[in-house]
Amino acid sequence: MSFLNNVITGISLGSIYAIIALGYTMVYGIAKMLNFAHGDVIMVGAYVCFFATGSFGLHPVAGVLLAMVVCTILGMVIEGLAYKPLRQAPSLAVLITAIGVSWFLQNSAQLLWGAAPKVFTPVVSGGLSIFGGQLNISYVTILTVASCLVIMAVLSAFIGKGKMGKAMRACSEDKGAAQLMGINVNSTISMTFAIGSALAAIAGVLMCSAYPTLMPTTGSLPGIKAFTAAVFGGIGSVPGAFVGGLLLGIIEIFAKAYISTDLSDAIVFLALIIVLLVKPSGLLGKYVPEKV
Amino acid sequence: MKKFIAMLMAAAMMMAMVACGNTASNNGGNNGSNNSGSADEGGSTDGTVVIRIGGIGPLTGGNAVYGVATQLGAQVAVDEINALGGPIQFEYNFQDDTGVAETAVSAYNTLKDWEADIIYGCTTTAPCVTVAAETFADRYFQLTPSASSTDVTEGKDNVFQMCFTDPNQGVTAADYISANSLGTKIGVIYNNGDAYSTGIAEAFIAHAAEIGLEVVATETYPSDSNTDYNVQLNACKDAGADLVFLPIYYTPASLILAQASAMGYAPTFFGADGMDGILTMEGFDASLAEGLMLMTPFNADATDDATVNFVESYKKLSGDVIPNQFAADGYDCIYAIYAALQNIDGLADMDHEALCEALIAAFTAEDFSVDGLTGSGMSWSTNGEISKDPVVVVIQDGAYVTM
Amino acid sequence: MTAMKQARRLRKATVNSFINYAIVIVAFIILQILLGQDMISNSIQSMLVPVCCYIVMAVSLNLTVGILGELSLGHAGFMSLGAFSGIIVSTALKDVVEAEPLRLLLAMLVGAVMGGIGGVIVGLPVLRLRGDYLAIVTLAFGEIIKNVIMVLYVGIDGDGLHMATKEANLTLAEDGIAIIKGPMGAVGVTKIASFTAGFILILVTLFVVQNLVDSRAGRAILSLRDNRIAAESCGINVTKYKLMAFVVSAVLAGAAGALYGLNYSSTVASKFDFNTSILVLVYVVLGGLGSIRGSIIAAAILTMLPEMSFMRSSSLKDYRMLLYAVILILVMLASNNPVLRNAFGSVSKKFKSSKKQEGGAAQ
Repeated sequence: MSFLNNVITGISLGSIYAIIALGYTMVYGIAKMLNFAHGDVIMVGAYVCFFATGSFGLHPVAGVLLAMVVCTILGMVIEGLAYKPLRQAPSLAVLITAIGVSWFLQNSAQLLWGAAPKVFTPVVSGGLSIFGGQLNISYVTILTVASCLVIMAVLSAFIGKGKMGKAMRACSEDKGAAQLMGINVNSTISMTFAIGSALAAIAGVLMCSAYPTLMPTTGSLPGIKAFTAAVFGGIGSVPGAFVGGLLLGIIEIFAKAYISTDLSDAIVFLALIIVLLVKPSGLLGKYVPEKV
Repeated sequence: MKKFIAMLMAAAMMMAMVACGNTASNNGGNNGSNNSGSADEGGSTDGTVVIRIGGIGPLTGGNAVYGVATQLGAQVAVDEINALGGPIQFEYNFQDDTGVAETAVSAYNTLKDWEADIIYGCTTTAPCVTVAAETFADRYFQLTPSASSTDVTEGKDNVFQMCFTDPNQGVTAADYISANSLGTKIGVIYNNGDAYSTGIAEAFIAHAAEIGLEVVATETYPSDSNTDYNVQLNACKDAGADLVFLPIYYTPASLILAQASAMGYAPTFFGADGMDGILTMEGFDASLAEGLMLMTPFNADATDDATVNFVESYKKLSGDVIPNQFAADGYDCIYAIYAALQNIDGLADMDHEALCEALIAAFTAEDFSVDGLTGSGMSWSTNGEISKDPVVVVIQDGAYVTM
Repeated sequence: MTAMKQARRLRKATVNSFINYAIVIVAFIILQILLGQDMISNSIQSMLVPVCCYIVMAVSLNLTVGILGELSLGHAGFMSLGAFSGIIVSTALKDVVEAEPLRLLLAMLVGAVMGGIGGVIVGLPVLRLRGDYLAIVTLAFGEIIKNVIMVLYVGIDGDGLHMATKEANLTLAEDGIAIIKGPMGAVGVTKIASFTAGFILILVTLFVVQNLVDSRAGRAILSLRDNRIAAESCGINVTKYKLMAFVVSAVLAGAAGALYGLNYSSTVASKFDFNTSILVLVYVVLGGLGSIRGSIIAAAILTMLPEMSFMRSSSLKDYRMLLYAVILILVMLASNNPVLRNAFGSVSKKFKSSKKQEGGAAQ
């Protein structure tokens, strides 16, 4: 029974990593940049929802929608001011700018909302008890997994079909060629960021519903873990992010439960290294042959 | 080459800002004191002595909440003392160390450049150990509100603590649990990436073994940004622990309480002084903390005048945040320094080295004791450790009840 | 006359290298004079050694990122290895080697060796990967090193070194001292690092990196960055040269770590985390990929920037880290802005050509 309990704990932690990783991997897949500020957009989304439901007494659903709107706008502003001017620059320059944006968001959040941690009110509470209360699955976990599946389905449909999706795939393959075909690469990438930031808002709300402390640094560690999860599953692959996130959560919990709580982080990263050595492009990543 | 020129640009921009910054910093100390020009030790004509207190603590990063509390708690005391208009006036400058030793050293040196007389801080242990070695070599008197490791004071006669030491807390907790038979099987969950938490936990476990308290589970987590504690709680539950000792800060503790409640595990939880503040978290469901015991020297709900006044002034400064024991310890630090300064003759002629020796003598004097928010009759031993009575409180109906 | 001819024959790269040495030496001399005159504030003085360490870190990371062309996010891990092994050596040899500079040298050598061993262990498997996958694995190794040191207890007594993963398991004889105490890190370290040592370490780093880049091996490494497949088909041993660059970089980071660790009385493992690796990467990218001089200048300025007196003044100190982030973004945007770049480019070209004309006229 404790094994099953650990599996459930692993899934609930993993689903949080997965939903963050979905946003990461989508932006990476299309814009080909590691958006290190993604974790901090998540933090902003959670704060917006916290104040909307707490201080203004909005319904949680309205809170989530408001968070999505605010994060989408924030994402587009960040993209327009900080990333767009660097379209022609080397990818590392964009990476460093993203780190700057991440620090900026963290410090602004502290100045705006203070350093004191806030306790987030979960959008759903309670849980499902099975086997006479021996196993508990919280509704947040169920909601998170369900959201992941819905987001995956919608993203796959959106990217797979439709004009915008086609444009995104084209940009992902070859920006120059896409431009020659009459695709507006700039607005396509901006659109990607908008969607990624809206996903971040959902992830933020769900993450803080599951683990309800909220402070300016809330997003940074889950951000790194989710980035790891995205690479684990094959960065750029939407289903890969989901699988990677879940597996990472389960490995982390198992390492803590059966090996050592002291070294759990080391074990998680060791597992990641082993997977990447066996499968250098992640679990579900596509192998792209290099051409001269 | 282009990059190089860009860097030069950056440098030029910086220089320009240095210039602006200097004019800005000439506008005086932190608390609006207008005598920064004559602030250097020398007594002014009316016989007042201005003492510069330099504070260090994390104002940004993950530990900012504790640093801000110690910063503002001391600020309340400084403002009060200056408003008295007595012969001793304080100037106060608190610098950010982001919780990192390297930054703490440069913050300390910034304060040296500001010609600080006394160092107040650091808030967290690891930076404090590093800065304490520096103040020991440079002979500055240092009083920390909250860095509780024995490494902070060990071998340094100039460093004093306002909080209990970690081993002291661990031993006190074990004795208290055993004396009141609060639990028979004890689980411990602590942060093994943190010196404070590890220090208390190790002392607790060692002392528990000596006095025959059975520790059935010892669980750790790597940092306070950890979010999932189900494994640790399950291990305690499976081992049959009926009391879980949590020598950790309140931010992770709030998650532990919530997750224990979600899994239907309800042992007695027992915390150390880092637990104080849990009820002040915005949005925290106080019913989760029902029955939680903690050792805290400070209770923001207390009705004595001193506490009521402090809480009111603190809320004004902090934008309605309720002070925790970090803030109260900070407040007491300033008053302890103030009390000690009053016992020193010839303050006006002292540089920081002479002041350091005089303050060491004053703090360790036989008859020196301070009544503050966090204890009455507080006194210090020559190794810098404080002696005050530990108070255990239990949370009932969302408020502290002294046991 | 022959000397002048020879000098003219010096290749551009060599001239560039000498300019770098000159910058470092001149900066050192100026700082020494100012220090002698007591004209430098305490806060700047306390930054001198860490700045040296970060310069070495940035130059060595530039070897991996800028010259080899592989993104590494775990450089602080090697610094950590160097710092803690350096501290152990220095503490263990306290009574054996009395002279502090010699002990510092030994500590830095051991730190470098440990960094190098770490580099080989990480590099051999990792360098098979590419791009972002390589980046995440280096990040993973950095975190593993941090995590392991965080639970490590090391002590020394008459019988030699002892290690354990729990404090209770570390049994030392009466005269023994615990050097590393898990999360508490190393406490009570005798500070023996000096600015002069940092200066020498920078010179050694420049010597190693510049000569490596300017050698046969260096050209092989550069060819790997520009086109791995083409280089491989020309018979260049990919693993060998990649590993060479990676390990040299780790060795230098280890030495810098030892110097850093011995500059403070206590050091914790959590200092050398992902954020420190990122910080060094910021110096490298901001200074310009592959530009040694850029790394030196960026590391020096960006390390000092948040500690400058204006940043800590009462009006700005609340916005210190916010301002730092804004400056970082603005500099990044400005240095990659095509309009600004062209403007600077034409200025520097004019500058160069006018200098050449002057040179010609003088002859």
